[in-house]
Amino acid sequence: MTAYCIETAKGKWEVVVGLEIHCQIISKSKIFSGASTEFGDDPNVNVSFIDAGMPGMLPTLNKECVRQAVKTGLGLNAVINKYSEFSRKNYFYADMPTDYQITQFRYPIVGEGFISVDLSDGSTKNIGIERMHIEQDAGKSIHDLSPTKSFIDLNRAGVGLMEIVTKPDFRAPEEAGAFLRKLRSILRYLGTCDGNMDEGSMRCDVNVSVRPYGSDELRTRCEMKNVNSVKFVMQAIENEAKRQIEAYESGGTVEQETRQFDQTTGLTRMMRKKEFAHDYRYFPEPDLPPLVLTDEYINGIKAEMIELPDAKKQRFIETLGLTPYDAMVICENKETADFFEKAAAGHDAKKVANWMMSDFFAMLNKKHLDIQNSPVTPENLGALVELITKDVISGKIAKDVFEIMSETGENPEKIVEEKGLKQVTDTGAIEAIIDEVIKANPANVEAYKNGKTNLMGWFVGQTLKMSQGKANPSIVNKLVKQKLDN
Amino acid sequence: MTDITKLTVYEQLNGLKKKDFTAVELTIAYAKKMDEGRKYNAYITECVDQAIDQAKDSDYRYANGTNRALEGIPLGIKDLFCTKNIRTTAASHILDNFIPPYESTVTQHLLDDGAVFLGKLNLDEFAMGGSNETSYFGPAINPWSKDKDLVPGGSSGGSAAAVAAHMCSAATGTDTGGSIREPAAFCGLTGIKPTYGRCSRYGIVAFASSLDQAGPIAQDVRDCALLLQSMSGFDAKDSTSVDIAVPDYTGFLNGDIKGLTIGLPKEYRPEGLNPEIAAYWDKATEYLKARGANVKEISLPHTKYALATYYVLAPAEASSNLARYDGIRYGFRAQGDGHLDDLYINTRTQGFGAEVRRRIMIGTYVLSAGYYDAYYLKAQKMRRLIHDDFMKAFKECDVILTPTSPITAFPIGDESMLSDPINMYLNDVFTVSVNLAGLPAMSLPIGLSENGLPFGMQLIGKPFDEGTIFNVAAKLEADAKFERK
Repeated sequence: MTAYCIETAKGKWEVVVGLEIHCQIISKSKIFSGASTEFGDDPNVNVSFIDAGMPGMLPTLNKECVRQAVKTGLGLNAVINKYSEFSRKNYFYADMPTDYQITQFRYPIVGEGFISVDLSDGSTKNIGIERMHIEQDAGKSIHDLSPTKSFIDLNRAGVGLMEIVTKPDFRAPEEAGAFLRKLRSILRYLGTCDGNMDEGSMRCDVNVSVRPYGSDELRTRCEMKNVNSVKFVMQAIENEAKRQIEAYESGGTVEQETRQFDQTTGLTRMMRKKEFAHDYRYFPEPDLPPLVLTDEYINGIKAEMIELPDAKKQRFIETLGLTPYDAMVICENKETADFFEKAAAGHDAKKVANWMMSDFFAMLNKKHLDIQNSPVTPENLGALVELITKDVISGKIAKDVFEIMSETGENPEKIVEEKGLKQVTDTGAIEAIIDEVIKANPANVEAYKNGKTNLMGWFVGQTLKMSQGKANPSIVNKLVKQKLDN
Repeated sequence: MTDITKLTVYEQLNGLKKKDFTAVELTIAYAKKMDEGRKYNAYITECVDQAIDQAKDSDYRYANGTNRALEGIPLGIKDLFCTKNIRTTAASHILDNFIPPYESTVTQHLLDDGAVFLGKLNLDEFAMGGSNETSYFGPAINPWSKDKDLVPGGSSGGSAAAVAAHMCSAATGTDTGGSIREPAAFCGLTGIKPTYGRCSRYGIVAFASSLDQAGPIAQDVRDCALLLQSMSGFDAKDSTSVDIAVPDYTGFLNGDIKGLTIGLPKEYRPEGLNPEIAAYWDKATEYLKARGANVKEISLPHTKYALATYYVLAPAEASSNLARYDGIRYGFRAQGDGHLDDLYINTRTQGFGAEVRRRIMIGTYVLSAGYYDAYYLKAQKMRRLIHDDFMKAFKECDVILTPTSPITAFPIGDESMLSDPINMYLNDVFTVSVNLAGLPAMSLPIGLSENGLPFGMQLIGKPFDEGTIFNVAAKLEADAKFERK
């Protein structure tokens, strides 16, 4: 893509950005206990003695979480480490019942990988993944229920997380946005995380530094914690970069620090300087043996991997003839891609894609519906396209039929049949209409014959109108021309 | 009439089966001893009423023939094991109001085998100590004390004191660096710390997770075998417990030691080793030789680093394990002025005793950025070397014989022990290596010192080979003819 740079009166700058994304693992129970991971229950309902950090309680690793992590690692085109270890990250906080977090430090379960992101100019860029490890989530502190007390909800304490750390490969806010959308898409395809940033099941920390454009130095970075939407991540990068540039250009420096992104102003403000950073005193978790995976186990999961958005997109382009843009949009979420594949089966796939990209998505938008709840089934959409392809109805009539389908959910053949919308392809009947039009408009016939040949379209339109849209437009075209030119 | 509290577990089981006495009678006899023995400060919490109810159930089971392996045997439980609905304090102010809503796996096994719980036994606070003097509830006292009150050893001091004073038939203990073996030695009892992973740690208040193991303290080797049989076994709730079948331990007691090789580590016999202890060690060696065992000098070259290694690793794990006692969810909470940090600082400063605070500080220090490599990581490497020393030695011998402790029980409040904690830590010199290597080891009494205090000998076995320890210990016990209290 065109290089992103921030230009000031004094010079050109580029941004260097890395992301750390915490993704809640989809699993029935928590990563180290049997308590439920259900979201939205009453406070402190889904809490085991282990989650509450009771004396003598011990963690046991939930195999389902390991499986989900390996799946995700494969989805990130990453190395799965057959040996990994759990560590304790020690810090005191009221919603962390053991006052340490069980995480992975020196030996994460997933190593280097990459995600290919699609940029707005149609190009793609690979963003490197540094590592991914699994760990437990903390509970929630609630400070706004009482002026003098804080409340703790431990339902979330111990829910499994995957922390994905990227390489500092982003050079533009747009790349970070595209990455997050792609990552979310992959996670949802895999069913390993629901990726809802607004609900906190996917949370993003953003590391930003700047440097003179074209240089390859790495300057001091600042970290913004828990930026909770794609839009805010992009905004945070841009505004933080501007702040740093201003600091450098006014002769100052940038201090390594943790900053907070303010959603209302879009600006970042200082939270914690480096010298106040925690010393987490990581050490290997003595309650859990190292996690050792076999090739057999990893290959078993590999064999079960479903087709991911990139592969699907490529297949839609290559074998179904979709444009790269349509393929990308349709493949972004699995439900849409599945709907499309069902709708396109046995029909003109390109036409189905066109319908989905225009009238179909517009209809869902208007009705605020998920694709799973669409009144138009994929089979019916395919059938509608088939009716057009076979000249049973015109494109224009098809829009009316679609309108009815989206209200009633009925199948298009039935609608066309009942409403008598079948296209007239009988040349005799069409000729009769044309004759009538010609007869009724002698002045225009005269004008046409005198060289105003663009009136041809008007005659076609009149004919179609008189047929109530049912006359086959290409036949009308042909016959009108014949008759006028005679 | 014989004092039924002086019988061993094995004898009591026979007596109960033969209806010589009932389980209720037995429990009441112990309740009386508990009353008489208050001066020993062995119990933190007594639950005699509940014990009598359990004993009634046991009598019912003896009557209808559904009696189980330890039916009606009254035990004392170290107050580090969480016991459902019975206060569990870890001998700390910070947990002095804590009543667990769950049962530890080890005590559950004992209950499932019909044991009766008389109460919760004193210990060093969070099992940190070798004299029981760091307990928030005051020290337990060694029943062998004469003119001066002596320590029972630690950290399972209450367990040893209670068994020695016949205030329970046998007791559970835990051993992180010698906490079963040292008090057993100081009180003339037998105690075994099994292989790491043999007993589940689920529900035991953690001190140092990679070192902690539960085990029994009892009157003799057979009782240890009976108790350990019940306490052992794989537990899916403890990821470090090991799924290896538990053999019938009493089956080893009548074994033969002919042809077995006993290893004597030369590093355990430094210049200046107490000559009385050295003499008993030689005597024990002779007993085994006389029964046809081979004796071989072995070398455990990294022994001199064991104590330092232990006192880096154990506090490191403890500093993290004890973080949860923060006043937020359970246990003692100090008043703060509204800031979370103050709540933590006040709760933990007031809630923990000096020795626990010292170890949390040491542990925090050795894990800190910039010190981790020099202390924690180096200690981990040394731990591996110490482990390898044993594995090498076990290629040449079947079991290792050493003294349990370089000293006998010392007076409570001993100036040299209290003025410099290092002097106290030195008592662990013969026991900590075993925990670092994860091996099973037993202490059993060998004889009395000139001033009439018990000495213990330690038998160290190969991983999961508690059986050989029981075999050799039974022979040594028969020959030593030690007279218990």
